[in-house]
Amino acid sequence: MVNELQAGKQVVGSTSDQLKNRPIALTGEMVRRAVGDAFVKLNPRSMARNPVMFVVEVGSALTTALWIQALWGTGEAPAWYIGGVSLWLWFTVLFANFSEALAEGRGKAQADALRRARKDIVAKRLNAPRHGSPFEIVASSALRKGDVFLVEVGEVISADGEVIEGVASVDESAITGESAPVIRESGGDRSAVTGGTRVLSDWLVIRLTAEPGGGFLDRMIKLIEGAKRQKTPNEIALNILLAAFTIIFLVVCATLLPFSIFSVAAAGQGTPITMTVLVALLVCLIPTTIGGLLSAIGIAGMDRMIRHNVIATSGRAIEAAGDVDVLLLDKTGTITLGNRMATEFTPAPGISKERLADGSQLASLADETPEGRSIVVLAKEKYGLRGREIHEISAQFVAFSAQTRMSGVDIQSDGTSAQRIIRKGAADSMRAYVERLGGVYPAAVQQTVQDVGRAGATPLVVVENKEVLGVIHLKDIVKGGIKERFAHLRRMGIKTVMITGDNPLTATAIAAESGVDDFLAEATPEDKLKLIREYQRGGRLVAMTGDGTNDAPALAQADVAVAMNTGTQSAREAANMIDLDSNPTKLLEIVEIGKQLLMTRGTLTTFSIANDVAKYFAIIPAAFATTYPALNALNIMGLATPQSAILSAVIFNALIIVALIPLALKGVKYRPVSAVELLRRHLLIYGVGGLIAPFVGIKLIDLFIHAIGLV
Amino acid sequence: MTANGLLQLAFFLGAIILLTKPLGAYMARVYQGERTFMDPVVGWLERLIYRLSGVNPAEEMDWKANAASMLLFNFLGLIVVYALERVQQLLPLNPVGLGAVASDTSFNTAVSFASNTNWQAYGGETTMSYLTQMAGLTVQNFVSAASGMAVLTLFIRGLARHSAETLGNFWVDMTRSVLYILLPLSIVLSLVLVSQGVVQTFSPSVSVPLLEQTTDASGANVTQQVIAVGPAASQIAIKQLGTNGGGFFNVNSAHPFENPTPLTDVLEMLSILLIAAALCYTFGKMVGDTRQGWSVLAAMMIVLLVFTCWAYEAESNGNPKFPSPAVDQTTTSLNPGGNMEGKEVRFGIVNSAAWAVATTAASNGSVNAMHDSFTPMGGLVTLVMMQLGEVIFGGVGSGLYGMLVFVIVAVFVAGLLVGRTPEYLGHKIEAYEMKMASILILIMPLTVLGLTALGVILDAGKAGIANPGPHGFTEVLYAFTSQGNNNGSAFGGIGANTPFYNLTGSIAMLISRYWLVVPTLALAGSVVKKKLVPVSEGTLPTHTPLFVFWLIAVVLIVGALNFLPALALGPIAEHFMMVH
Repeated sequence: MVNELQAGKQVVGSTSDQLKNRPIALTGEMVRRAVGDAFVKLNPRSMARNPVMFVVEVGSALTTALWIQALWGTGEAPAWYIGGVSLWLWFTVLFANFSEALAEGRGKAQADALRRARKDIVAKRLNAPRHGSPFEIVASSALRKGDVFLVEVGEVISADGEVIEGVASVDESAITGESAPVIRESGGDRSAVTGGTRVLSDWLVIRLTAEPGGGFLDRMIKLIEGAKRQKTPNEIALNILLAAFTIIFLVVCATLLPFSIFSVAAAGQGTPITMTVLVALLVCLIPTTIGGLLSAIGIAGMDRMIRHNVIATSGRAIEAAGDVDVLLLDKTGTITLGNRMATEFTPAPGISKERLADGSQLASLADETPEGRSIVVLAKEKYGLRGREIHEISAQFVAFSAQTRMSGVDIQSDGTSAQRIIRKGAADSMRAYVERLGGVYPAAVQQTVQDVGRAGATPLVVVENKEVLGVIHLKDIVKGGIKERFAHLRRMGIKTVMITGDNPLTATAIAAESGVDDFLAEATPEDKLKLIREYQRGGRLVAMTGDGTNDAPALAQADVAVAMNTGTQSAREAANMIDLDSNPTKLLEIVEIGKQLLMTRGTLTTFSIANDVAKYFAIIPAAFATTYPALNALNIMGLATPQSAILSAVIFNALIIVALIPLALKGVKYRPVSAVELLRRHLLIYGVGGLIAPFVGIKLIDLFIHAIGLV
Repeated sequence: MTANGLLQLAFFLGAIILLTKPLGAYMARVYQGERTFMDPVVGWLERLIYRLSGVNPAEEMDWKANAASMLLFNFLGLIVVYALERVQQLLPLNPVGLGAVASDTSFNTAVSFASNTNWQAYGGETTMSYLTQMAGLTVQNFVSAASGMAVLTLFIRGLARHSAETLGNFWVDMTRSVLYILLPLSIVLSLVLVSQGVVQTFSPSVSVPLLEQTTDASGANVTQQVIAVGPAASQIAIKQLGTNGGGFFNVNSAHPFENPTPLTDVLEMLSILLIAAALCYTFGKMVGDTRQGWSVLAAMMIVLLVFTCWAYEAESNGNPKFPSPAVDQTTTSLNPGGNMEGKEVRFGIVNSAAWAVATTAASNGSVNAMHDSFTPMGGLVTLVMMQLGEVIFGGVGSGLYGMLVFVIVAVFVAGLLVGRTPEYLGHKIEAYEMKMASILILIMPLTVLGLTALGVILDAGKAGIANPGPHGFTEVLYAFTSQGNNNGSAFGGIGANTPFYNLTGSIAMLISRYWLVVPTLALAGSVVKKKLVPVSEGTLPTHTPLFVFWLIAVVLIVGALNFLPALALGPIAEHFMMVH
């Protein structure tokens, strides 16, 4: 199980383009299982959920009865012919069932693997909610919401809960596929634990937050298995339209019998249309291609999310993702790399750059914060100053404290050089420090500090003894390629909003650099919630990511809410998707998957309906060949005989389902272009293509079955 | 086809496009309750009607109340017409002394005129008294057209408004349609028609001596011809403008007293499409984006143009089975050429074909040539124009709301194609809308095909068929297509004034008009509640040439696919039998 999920994990680690081009890995076992399931699904009770395919099944049964009648020698047409049509009608149903079973197959395999992780285990239920309290050993299934239990090193956490005491490293690979352990501790944003994960060190006291069977792992299994799969709103709307088409074509075919009887009498020749041909015509006309693949498309959409390591709590959420028009993105981690980095040194008047770099580096040598390390790196890269060890130079590191609001280093005089007291810190505290020592704070430095702030960076002032050396620029580093990504989103009509705790000045600069459309600076959780509501009042659909408990209200309000798996339990419950990789950029892929899902349905619907034109040209002249031979002028494909024409159309109709299964499972390739451009492209490929393809296909099948002497 | 003929077509369609904007803008003002130059003329009358009927014009209603109002009003109209027909022998203005109309014919006619179909199972001059024609039929010509326009206005408001509950007031929209739009236009048109020789009189029929005496079937000498006259001009104007189509005389606008000159012909033809075209602009204006209206009109125009040329070409080519020295079908300056059977020489091929396509496209149903005598392909065109659901112009009001339902279906599929929950004019199209739209596209083919099947299987139906082979089938198909789409044009060649056809036809007309109005208004009642979805780059624009093309494709595919098998056994078989 771990291996399988890890395989999925590696894919996520690669670029999304590679992922989309990657063929769906199907094992022989999965295909075999799907073939078996295709037959199981013939049960009329399960077929009735899909009106289009149910009609095909009834038609198949009817033709089978006609075939048996023909075997007795009283059939309306030769037995081999009715039998051939009947066989291919059954194939049509089976192919559709197969596509659904295949789509479910991947999920089933994953669910089985997950289920193995959820062995029935024992839990140590504590009598009082604190470590050290006596406990009794109970089966995990006996635990109830609110119970408190203890998990110690090497044990598996029996159910979802919240840590109320203790710190421990936990192996969550069963859920995330990530083998590196994570820290779970009480309080804060790392307090949620998931049932089925293993404590690797120390112990945790956990309060149960979910009833047994309702935990995250259980939900995941249910989702993956499709047990809870409900039709999404858009799928329902499409189903209604397809049902309408089916009813219309039912009446078209049913009335064709009296029309045909009348025509035979009027023309004084020929025989009325046979039931076999009527059923064949009906099955060819009703939208079997989309009807047969619709369910597979939906399951495959869910599956694509899972392969991106995103668990959606409902199909509805995936569909909504395609409609999102506002993305709220946290600045840190999504738009910028996690930490600010030193990018430049601006010396004070009369100070050389080298001296500033040297002072900055010394002041930061022992500074283990990412900012501090970045200063050392910059000094090394730009001025060739190699890193020195603090003990080499008999220096003493002065850590940052809330009182002094500065950090630095004191280097004792070694005889050759004077004592050096170097400090770095925020501009206002450094100014107070210099002035207290009786030094001069140059106006030029003040100017630099202001300029740096205006450019969206954070200035750090460096002082040696009482002399100001200059300013270090600390900057947020915008992720590579993010600007292009936002431009793509803009073309798709999606607005990006950056959420940041920074001041408006800094936020403006980063917004400009990253190409984000708007920003919310100095954002509080209430601000986020307000912003979401405002957008929603304007009719927009809002997506956001979050991990903290204070994100929960906003997550609950957002239309598409993605919680990080590392986040708190409340955040995960408020969200409708959980990203197991805890990667905030994933939101962009989620939107693409949602759009892909709708596009796949749209393109196959268009293709399916467009196919009907060619099928008419095959079947109409064949069906009335004896009554009105003149109608053979419509046989523009030049099909060999009436029987081969009808058989070819039915075979094409069945084979096209198989041919399109890969597309249904993989989804239509997503392109970040405007709606008009996308419509033009898809109409050309699936509309015009759908008109032409069956002409070619039916003709080829006709040539083939004629060549092998079947007709 | 001749250059002259194509030029006439271009002139005809060009004139409609020119008139669309001024009339459309005026109608938008009327429906938005704004002041127009007609206020001083009919404003007092409007207020008087409201006071007498107790309608509060400021009161708005939701879709259900509006649907109930429309159904009630039309039901009452139906009853009045039926009663008038049944007792006309007792009432004044019956100079010829016509008796009571048979009950099945009366019912069929009452349904036909209330539903804006104007299918005529009777011959006007020999069946209906002047009072029935004026107080019954002509009144229905006005109010049935106005009902359609009012329902459209309610539907448009549903699309124009957001987060609202009400659609407007059916009674107000209906009254204003009559007083501000239909009445003034009809008066102007009637006067022009009278100036051209269309009759308008209360005198009884005129008897004139025959120049060439003849004998009747029993061998008796016939020296006198009875020429029917009557208050025709007033009815003809509204039957053209209101897409009613029910002629005063049996042969409709082929009759010289209904349509005497080329000028009246082009005016009457313009009137068929005028309001339906202008309503597209009204729609655009009312939803605040005239491009939306123009794009819908463009789709209608393109389909109309293509099919008109098709019919024109088919009629010009004539019948290859005719031996060429005996029947001269070549077009010269002296010979109209082509298939002139059933056509008036004063109109020729192009004006007969253009009228036939316009009248079937627009759910009008008036004719100036006999569709039964068209070539198979020419007849096919008229059938297809109706089978598309009367959405290419269609009936005044009903055509556009039918087309907008197709727009919603087109938007739905296009929305899926671009990966976004579909939206139209800022309304999300969801399951409920698709349910209503599906019902709307489902009912018509079910009705038409089902009743046609009955017609060709039952002896009562087969008895009316006059022609053998596929043509006989076409006659039945046409009768139910025409009534099942509220068109009312007759193919002819079928004895339709029988209890069977009168009853089944009435069912078709009732379903097509009233069953469709309810889901249409329900659809409007659903979208009006929706929050506005603001336009963004991801929104699929519905005013681009690409979308117009897509809309046409949806209309053609949905329409053509349903009827192709039936057409194959009728005109298509007949065509290939003729050319082979």
